[in-house]
Amino acid sequence: MTHMTSQMPVTSQHLGPSGNNRLFAAGSNATLADHERAYGPLPEHCIDATFIGVLEQSGLTGRGGAAFASWRKVSATGQGRDGALLRSRPVVIANGAEGEPLSFKDKTLLLHAPHLVLDGLLVAARSVSASSLYVYTTAVAMPAVEAAIAERRDARRIQVIEAPETFISGQASAVVNAIGGGNALPLDNRRRLSDSGLKGRPTLVLNVETLSHVALIARYGAQWFRSAGSDRDPGTRLVSVSGRGADQVLEVAGDEGLGFVLAHAGIDLSGVQAVLVGGYHGRWVKPLDYRLTPSGPAGQTVRPGAGVLHVLSTGQCGLEATAWIVEYLAGQSARQCGPCVFGLPAMAKVLAAIAGGDRNPKLVGELERLGTLVARRGACHHPDGTLQLIQSALEIFSEDVGAHLTGNCTRMGGRAA
Amino acid sequence: MNKKLHIDWTRCDGRGLCTELLPAVLGRDDWGYPVVRHPRNGDGTNATIGPDEAQAARDAVKLCPKLALVLQA
Repeated sequence: MTHMTSQMPVTSQHLGPSGNNRLFAAGSNATLADHERAYGPLPEHCIDATFIGVLEQSGLTGRGGAAFASWRKVSATGQGRDGALLRSRPVVIANGAEGEPLSFKDKTLLLHAPHLVLDGLLVAARSVSASSLYVYTTAVAMPAVEAAIAERRDARRIQVIEAPETFISGQASAVVNAIGGGNALPLDNRRRLSDSGLKGRPTLVLNVETLSHVALIARYGAQWFRSAGSDRDPGTRLVSVSGRGADQVLEVAGDEGLGFVLAHAGIDLSGVQAVLVGGYHGRWVKPLDYRLTPSGPAGQTVRPGAGVLHVLSTGQCGLEATAWIVEYLAGQSARQCGPCVFGLPAMAKVLAAIAGGDRNPKLVGELERLGTLVARRGACHHPDGTLQLIQSALEIFSEDVGAHLTGNCTRMGGRAA
Repeated sequence: MNKKLHIDWTRCDGRGLCTELLPAVLGRDDWGYPVVRHPRNGDGTNATIGPDEAQAARDAVKLCPKLALVLQA
């Protein structure tokens, strides 16, 4: 599953890894000794609230999907504490739930570089003076995380909580709900987690990859972080590549070209029809000259979300693939919010009809109408993410939609199923 | 001063009381759940409540059988 380049960075002076191989620079299944040899000691005692300014200079954005500026999230948690009537100390949660089926970079990171995640969690906790620290992850990564915690003294107060294998288990309020002893279901979003999260305390939920970058920024500084990537998208990111050939995790520079990344993954670009970027809540794109960055003009850039790149081959039908995904997403509703509970299955049904060759010309209009009933009407992003996927499919596979509505398919040898 | 009527979708069961009290503000979707008729910036979860509708909105909050509504400044 993991693909790591053999090139090892020069870290003997602990100047920070050079090139783009940052997060796996300590090698596979890195022990504490491997980790310290590659990265040097963590200057944890030097970290305080001023680190938030360093984070701001670094330009790090969240790698869990939303790409929110990490420093703002950390800063808001600190302020949430100041604003509270009774000061309660913040909670910091390393989110490794990774409910997205096409994403496996967080599991890979926790298995091979757990100490980097723990370092980042400790640094984030110090910068907001947190008193409770959690790692939230699925069963497959728990032994590696627990073994890493057992290896070091400074991590003993970190609690590891198992995340269920559901699509929405990693949504920030679902994480808080699950750790608080409830189910991993999203909460109504009226109050911000940075003001009132776990047990009413200011709560900071950061993706495990984000925390790994935090760990390196704490060591080598903002300028080092920015030496990879571009001004609008500094640093590196992990991507999970699937769909053609073996699944693999790559670390790539920010703002990298989509075609370049796929070629780097060893994929023959002539066999690529389109790419699903960002996962089941992401969007289909073609051609491949898009750049992977959370900020930039819509026609030239695509948001990497949690770094999912799923290839659709030339022989596959994009509508059929999307219909299958939407049916899965409808089944993954937390079943709390009516528009999601009823709207997503309704949309899945219409899309399946289009994919299956139903020639009713009103289907596309009906899909669009249902979309307006689902948009922005839920406690979490699940319905909106699903809607985004459907809209991108109708756009990117518009020729296929036309063909299906006349009983043909541009793939699959001609006829719609 | 306008206020925001927030719908907690995790509680709402689509009973429809709010849509009867605030017909100009809230409609109903295919399944009976309230639809914000004039969403602000596409926000389908928080309806804008003008001074004329303030009392009806307060009633809706009080009478909602699922306690799914909150009136916010």
